[in-house]
Amino acid sequence: MKNIKLNPETHPLTWRLNSVISPIWIHEYIKKKGYQAVLKTLKNFEPNEIIQLVIQSGLKGRGGAGFPTGVKWNLMSNNKLKKSRYLICNADEMEPGTYKDRFLLENLPHQLIEGMIIAAFALNVKYGYIFLRGDYYTAEKNLNRALSEAKNSGYLGDYICKSNFSFHLFLHTGAGRYICGEETALINSLEGKRANPRYKPPFPAISGLWGKPTCINNVETLSNIPSIILYGNTWYHSLSQSVDTGTKLLGFSGLVKKAGLWELPLGITAREIFEKYSGGMRSGYILKAWQPGGAGTSFLINKHLDVKMDFISLQEIGSRLGTGLSMAIDTSVNMISLLINLETFFARESCGFCTPCRDGLPWVVKILKKLERKHGSLDDIKLLEEISENLGPGKTFCAHAPGAVSPLKSAIKYFRTEFEAGTILFPKYFQNILV
Amino acid sequence: MCKLNTKELSQINEIKKHYKYPQASLIEVLKIVQENRGWISDFMVKEIAYILDISSCEVDSVATFYSQIFRKPVGRNIVRYCDSVVCFLNGYLSIKKALKKTLKISLGQTTKDFRYTLLPTCCLGACDQGPVLMINKDLICHVKVAMIPKILDIYK
Ligand code: SF4
Ligand code: FES
Repeated sequence: MKNIKLNPETHPLTWRLNSVISPIWIHEYIKKKGYQAVLKTLKNFEPNEIIQLVIQSGLKGRGGAGFPTGVKWNLMSNNKLKKSRYLICNADEMEPGTYKDRFLLENLPHQLIEGMIIAAFALNVKYGYIFLRGDYYTAEKNLNRALSEAKNSGYLGDYICKSNFSFHLFLHTGAGRYICGEETALINSLEGKRANPRYKPPFPAISGLWGKPTCINNVETLSNIPSIILYGNTWYHSLSQSVDTGTKLLGFSGLVKKAGLWELPLGITAREIFEKYSGGMRSGYILKAWQPGGAGTSFLINKHLDVKMDFISLQEIGSRLGTGLSMAIDTSVNMISLLINLETFFARESCGFCTPCRDGLPWVVKILKKLERKHGSLDDIKLLEEISENLGPGKTFCAHAPGAVSPLKSAIKYFRTEFEAGTILFPKYFQNILV
Repeated sequence: MCKLNTKELSQINEIKKHYKYPQASLIEVLKIVQENRGWISDFMVKEIAYILDISSCEVDSVATFYSQIFRKPVGRNIVRYCDSVVCFLNGYLSIKKALKKTLKISLGQTTKDFRYTLLPTCCLGACDQGPVLMINKDLICHVKVAMIPKILDIYK
């Protein structure tokens, strides 16, 4: 983040960081406008006004799906019947290629806590959980410290800042399964069960944790809330360079000169991040393909680098913004081997609940391995396409399988020759052709 | 009947307070017991079931589902390498090979002296600093093959 000048008005998520990045504890946080949004909320707003503000801000969920946050909150507030309701922060970051939530959790824990207090106030929630990935030990340590700091300073617990509002926040650590990131699976896991996704509807806003209305938001989403409260939604719109509002933690990894993440306006082009911030490929390497936002997003190629990094533009060219952390693949990498890595991951992390995903993904791996050994046939490519269709959206119980096959489908689309090179009949000289 | 020690029991009672129903503390309880004993034996499955008032089948189904819970004995040090896609691009395969060679074991195995267990893991959220290892609770970034014997040696 070193080559950017950070200030509150342009970098609401990261401006508090110092040049040597280390956790911002409560004294420094408060000195840098921390918890002012909570005070403003408790003093000036009714819960519904906060929800309307977040709706108008246009903030979309930063966990990958991009669902409008305010709309999600509204679903909760429409359900007035039940007294107990819950707020959960999804901090189970496990998407391969994604390293943004860990950064926020470790360095800016109070920003997340502040966002959760405001969300809890808007949703009339008394109890909340941060569902933290079990392997994020530093984040666990830092969050525990930040939680007790916040409690001791009166920002958490009963009668927050001497108001009538009380909110209790607990840290819950997971035990390692990618599927816990799916919100209904996360609820099962939090209840002490296997993390199998639940049938929707009812959505968690109606029946979530212990059957009560529950709102689940990602770390980065919640971390955006304090500054929206402080500066308003017109400002939030002005931050972005596209119809999707706000800033986003974006970055590039892979064999680029400088892998990393930066807080940038949504709508900035991938090329700008790739060339200006990441410095392009390391010398001797040439870009062949890239995934815009994690292992479950479709591959794109060179010509797509001018796409705006936002939810809508990436959808228009057949991929997704996902988590926004892009990965560059160079020409020395064979797409079949890369896909074996990706699909083995998805097969291993299938929760095993529904047959198409549990059996289909290992089957995909098996076919890919056959192609890698050059023992495949053209029918195998057809079969991969068929399986991709049968594991596509709406065909399996949750979105795990569709996420798993989208890189496969796009790889067949852009790199068919590499698949054909894995068939027995294919002449040898084609084997090294790269797009 | 309960054979959990007082330290474990007090940790468990504390964690139970975070939830409306005792079962919700199951994963944390498994972690507490594992922290003390290294792994979750059949006997401990029964003990935990008893203390949380759920069936031992339920405890077992949860204990076998999550990758951080061990249902057989493991070494004193859990060595995990990230095998996800960016670490693949950054060359985790050679790291894995070197680990296997140095430890003289295969994946999922434990060295004879119970010093190390070798496991793969999903992306550890440090893709910009890969390839990445995690030994116990330590995240080790920018790993190079030549460093491996030295890194391992730190963990007794
Ligand atoms: S699609 Fe996969 S992860 Fe989702 S419910 Fe089915 S088996 Fe489980
Ligand atoms: S892919 Fe290895 S840390 Fe992310």
